[in-house]
Amino acid sequence: MLAVVDYGMGNLRSVAKALMHVAPDERVVVTSDAAEIRAASRVVLPGQSAMPETMAGLLRSGLHDAVVEALEARPFLGVCLGLQMLFDDSEEGPTACLAVLPGKVRRFREAELVTPARERLKIPHMGWNSVRQTVPHPLWAGIPGGSRFYFAHSYYPVPADPAITVGTADYPSPFTCAIARANIFAVQFHPEKSQRAGLRLLANFVTWDGRF
Amino acid sequence: MSLAKRVIPCLDIADGRVVKGVNFVDLKDAGDPVETARRYDAEGADEIAFLDIRASVESRGLLYGMIESVADQVFIPLTVGGGVSTLGDIRALLNAGADKVSINTAGIHDPTLFRAASEYYGAQCIVAAIDAKKCAVDRWQVWIHGGRTPTGIDAIEWACEVAAQGAGEILLTSMDRDGARRGFDLKLTRAVADAVDVPVIASGGVGSLSDLVDGIVEGGADAVLAASIFHYGEFTIGAAKAAMRVAGIEVRD
Repeated sequence: MLAVVDYGMGNLRSVAKALMHVAPDERVVVTSDAAEIRAASRVVLPGQSAMPETMAGLLRSGLHDAVVEALEARPFLGVCLGLQMLFDDSEEGPTACLAVLPGKVRRFREAELVTPARERLKIPHMGWNSVRQTVPHPLWAGIPGGSRFYFAHSYYPVPADPAITVGTADYPSPFTCAIARANIFAVQFHPEKSQRAGLRLLANFVTWDGRF
Repeated sequence: MSLAKRVIPCLDIADGRVVKGVNFVDLKDAGDPVETARRYDAEGADEIAFLDIRASVESRGLLYGMIESVADQVFIPLTVGGGVSTLGDIRALLNAGADKVSINTAGIHDPTLFRAASEYYGAQCIVAAIDAKKCAVDRWQVWIHGGRTPTGIDAIEWACEVAAQGAGEILLTSMDRDGARRGFDLKLTRAVADAVDVPVIASGGVGSLSDLVDGIVEGGADAVLAASIFHYGEFTIGAAKAAMRVAGIEVRD
């Protein structure tokens, strides 16, 4: 069973539907039941709201401990705020996060968003950007390097340990958009909204043994 | 490679069907929304916008089911708007499978809606839809109620206001150009794009592929939205992107 963690914060349908699409034989549950999360063989932590509400939602849901347990051993996929939550804290709020991975979540600075051609980039970083696979990983299997994924965010992770970065995108400077450590893989973009490349990444997750 | 400029086909919806009119009136049926969305996805659309132009109770009920059906089969971002007036409306649309919700008239009546919505759901899923009509040289006024009611509010000032309130994107429609197929109002688009820090989607008036190029290059838009040129099979999304690529614009393959 694959559990999509439902802590009461909006659209989980897209993630669940995309997982069902790539793994029709797998049981995919959207759940707010800690026992069900503990029983799941793999866990997906989505998130696309504002960080203060998201962390409050997770704590209120009583699912915090079950999520942290899953992070310790089972194949785990974090998406968007589900990636950001893994770090120590976020500038959005600011908000203390799960502190499973050392590092911070930072807002894009307007002063840094000018391209060499003097084009002014906008916040949020919204749309399809090319993702550089900086480290090979089973979840990148079959996805050409440089494939575009859909992003919609104003904040991005800055890991204290650069070795956990496995993917970057440019806006205009490179930033970490995919991280991996042991059984954990997490992405800033939305694989469930990234058409072919995104569905392939989800398919890879469904069959991943959690080793890296 | 960096962030691609987006091509967004827009489906105007009334009672669960795709329609297209000229200057917001004289509606014609243009097809089944789910079939149309699937075709656009296959052609390489970067996102699909749905606008419930009826926004009646009956039409809204049909809209939720339609969004669910589309979201089950199409794995690209979906933006939905039309008659969105409460946080409950936003939640219902996000739960149905929308990734972004656009707010128009209700944002004029209650400007705190943008802040409340973005604080709860995140700025990245809140789109401010602005229907603007020229009222003087280089001046545009915001109209609401599907383009039937003038507000007296300056479109540029309103764009800055909604961005400051927390809207994560602006969907800017020129009412003068909508359905007229003479190209975007490039002065309006440029004025808004330069005034705000959030992405701007240019809308209203596309009649040819070069209009899309102009919206990005001259209008400064981050994304271009069009309806009729795609609905009636005149151009594919792929042809639109090819034209943009030739013009040196970065697009998703």
